[in-house]
Amino acid sequence: MSRDSALVSAQWVEEHLDDPKVVLIEVDEDTAAYDKGHIRGALKLDWTTDLQDQVRRDFVSKAQFEALLSSRGVANDDTVVLYGGNNNWFAAYAYWYFKLYGHQDVRLLDGGRKKWELDSRELTDEPPAREVTSYTAQEQDTSIRAFRDEVVEAIGVKNLVDVRSPDEYSGRLMAPAHLPQEQAQRAGHIPTAANVPWSKAANDDGTFKSDDELKQLYTDAGVDWGKDTIAYCRIGERSSHTWFVLKELLGEQNVKNYDGSWTEYGSLVGVPVVLGDDAGSLDDGSA
Amino acid sequence: MCGATAGGLSLDGIDVDKEAVVQGQVVRDGEPVGNAYVRLLDRTGEFTAEVPTSASGHFRFFAADGEWTLRTLAPRAETVDRTVRAAVGSVAEVTIAL
Repeated sequence: MSRDSALVSAQWVEEHLDDPKVVLIEVDEDTAAYDKGHIRGALKLDWTTDLQDQVRRDFVSKAQFEALLSSRGVANDDTVVLYGGNNNWFAAYAYWYFKLYGHQDVRLLDGGRKKWELDSRELTDEPPAREVTSYTAQEQDTSIRAFRDEVVEAIGVKNLVDVRSPDEYSGRLMAPAHLPQEQAQRAGHIPTAANVPWSKAANDDGTFKSDDELKQLYTDAGVDWGKDTIAYCRIGERSSHTWFVLKELLGEQNVKNYDGSWTEYGSLVGVPVVLGDDAGSLDDGSA
Repeated sequence: MCGATAGGLSLDGIDVDKEAVVQGQVVRDGEPVGNAYVRLLDRTGEFTAEVPTSASGHFRFFAADGEWTLRTLAPRAETVDRTVRAAVGSVAEVTIAL
């Protein structure tokens, strides 16, 4: 993967608005945003109801994902372009999710909804019209999804990248102000994790920084490019943004997103936790 | 939007005693700007949250005690930074002129 195959500009989207094989999908945290206006032809996915199992804490099953995309009119050979508010947090999460279920051609709109609006490009409240399809998903590609046990085993072995704000990383805050306050039992971070807030990878208008700037950012934070990497945040959406940067823009091979993230890790019994601004070592925080 | 008054965002349903509200309106030449984005940055300049303004140019954050920066981006406008002090139990009203 590279920037050319994973990311499209607002200009590119505008040029493909009438291409029936390009499907735009808006994914927002504030799902009311779409209803106020969206890019012409764009579908809406609700990350809480469409992409999460409503009983267990997990994703919808392969069969549910197939039913969802079929009903919305997405075909296996469509180019799916995701965009959303909040600097593409949930669009990046959906991108990772589409990759998890093996969709071939997925792109992210650079800058998301904000860049589109700041450019004064057109939005509409007209609902999209697409024919129902028969979508077939692949089994989950767990080479991009990390689970709790491998995160614990990764301490001191792989790169762990904590993309939350410094105040969350250090344990001074359990959750950022203003956002929903889903919380773990304990504050702090995983020993040896580097702290690179997701926002450092983006410009104010929501577009991604250049490859050179991005490479420098993670190098300075101590990421060892010879090692595999696991990114995490609080609920797994901001870390999807960083997963996208490392895997899809910079083309690193073995990068996983830990969607359980701090709300799971910080509630586990007996795992090591570090408080404060230092990354800590393998021996820190254990009993 | 007709009838929108500066600083007029209703606090109905919000328990102001428990929140550090930062809210206000983005205006250009006295007219509300309904397609602006306001970012809430913490004391170190780190991103905390971002909201689009409403049709009447209003925005609101539930912050915490301390000093914050409001960074406003809008079409055809320079980025505007404003610092604001928030405190639990109070409402900080800010008008941002582009």
